[in-house]
Amino acid sequence: MRKLLNTLYVSTEGAYLRRDGLNVVVEVERVEKLRVPLHLLGSVAVFGQVSLSPALMGSLAEAGIVTAFFGTNGRFLARVEGPVSGNVLLRREQYRVMDDGPDCTRIARAIVAAKSLNQRSVLQRALRDHGSALTDAARDAVIAAIDRMQDIARRALHETDLDRLRGHEGEAAALYFGVFGHALRVTDPALAFRGRSRRPPMDVPNALLSFLYTLLVHDCRGALEGVGLDPAAGFLHRMRPGRPSLALDLMEELRAPLADRLALSMLNRRELVAGDFRIMENGAVLLAEDSRKTVLTAWQERKREEIEHPFLKERTSLGLLPHLQASLLARALRGDLDTYPALIWR
Amino acid sequence: MSDADLIALSALQHFLFCPRQCALIHIEQAWAENAATAEGRVAHERVHAVETEVRRGVRTVTGMPLRSDRLGVTGIADVVELHRAVDGGWRPYPVEHKRGRPKAHRADDVQLCAQAFALEEMFGAEITEGALFYGLPRRRSVIVFDPVLRDLTREVARSTRLLLAAGHTPRMAYEKKRCDACSLIEICRPRITGAERSAADWLKAQLDA
Repeated sequence: MRKLLNTLYVSTEGAYLRRDGLNVVVEVERVEKLRVPLHLLGSVAVFGQVSLSPALMGSLAEAGIVTAFFGTNGRFLARVEGPVSGNVLLRREQYRVMDDGPDCTRIARAIVAAKSLNQRSVLQRALRDHGSALTDAARDAVIAAIDRMQDIARRALHETDLDRLRGHEGEAAALYFGVFGHALRVTDPALAFRGRSRRPPMDVPNALLSFLYTLLVHDCRGALEGVGLDPAAGFLHRMRPGRPSLALDLMEELRAPLADRLALSMLNRRELVAGDFRIMENGAVLLAEDSRKTVLTAWQERKREEIEHPFLKERTSLGLLPHLQASLLARALRGDLDTYPALIWR
Repeated sequence: MSDADLIALSALQHFLFCPRQCALIHIEQAWAENAATAEGRVAHERVHAVETEVRRGVRTVTGMPLRSDRLGVTGIADVVELHRAVDGGWRPYPVEHKRGRPKAHRADDVQLCAQAFALEEMFGAEITEGALFYGLPRRRSVIVFDPVLRDLTREVARSTRLLLAAGHTPRMAYEKKRCDACSLIEICRPRITGAERSAADWLKAQLDA
């Protein structure tokens, strides 16, 4: 099995990364804080006022390690990478499928069905773990959502119209986020979920979800590029300049198992509390800078957890899921598989 | 033959081992380094350094660039020995280095014979034999470029060109002996892609799980 390589996240303001031999050295105020061998890295993500020496960027690019730059709030700024990998014939096939109704829908419906089933699994788990602590009304609402989401997944898998498929996805998402708050066990009103909001997130769970989705989309994008697919040309998400549509497609099936579950467990285990978030004057909520490290560490640990891949039937780490799914998607586009086996994980 | 139509000499050997491996490497540009390929690479870096050495009437040239228009291939020879001939000229004698043992299949022989085709065109001479040097045991096997091997080499070059020109990677069923030895097994995934396993059926089954 392919090895999960680390992502080096650096979020300390003023940090400077340079190369020393075959190592990356992280310095803060000219003091060496960390030294990592290049061959252990899969990617580098830096947040805010962090700089890299040109020699290091060159070595990273040469080793196929992508460096991504994010603003202080996690907004994507830029990436540095080496030559484009893979095969132009595969990308041509990707664009052809994108333009072709039936082939495009075949892949998109696998993604929507998987997304709904994975969201449903999050609710099922919450019900199993602490359903007895819920009020009757809340429990009934969760059970009703679970049933309907199963039905939506079934309809999605038979859907032949791309726009109706997007409708099913929206319906499932509305149901899911309608009861997502019941999966939270914490009673502090400062941590309550008040419906999905983004740009900006208006409560703590949304702020956490948004930050985790930023990390996930970064991983998905890297995984797609790694197998030679164009992350900007999606099947479910319409192509729009500046938007990594295929990375967003790939992320759909992975959001619930990788990000949503982690967000819930961090809040439920009180690894994050209200003080870890900053509420702005207009009600927008952001993960506080000092708390980002807590989330990044938890994210890295989560990625090291292992499961048996449901389709491949091989043990793998969660961190490799974007890569494995990207390679299965490439195989489906090449015609090695009859369709894309999106990740469905209970 | 135009330069753009030339295919890599190494593709012939990949094709004989497995057409899918050949397509993965030469069409899809896939490459996975494992211990075996890393070892091979290090060994090749040594022999591919361009050098000439003369010893006892034999000039040894490493890293010689080759081209055969008859086969439409281009590549680099590990080692070409130039043996002093009775007429006073130099007779080229290809020697290819291989890790491991002599193989039951003729992939290595075909690669060497393709080099001979190129050397014949480039030196204007007929080449009757060459050698494969195997690391295990450390021994040379002499390969005679007889009509059977030449026909096979031409046929393999033709089939490989057709495969690469089509730009489509064929499916191959999993074969333990071949696939377990292949560094591309995780990219290829022969158990899934070769066995006609249906992802659509799998998805449907997940609905009721």
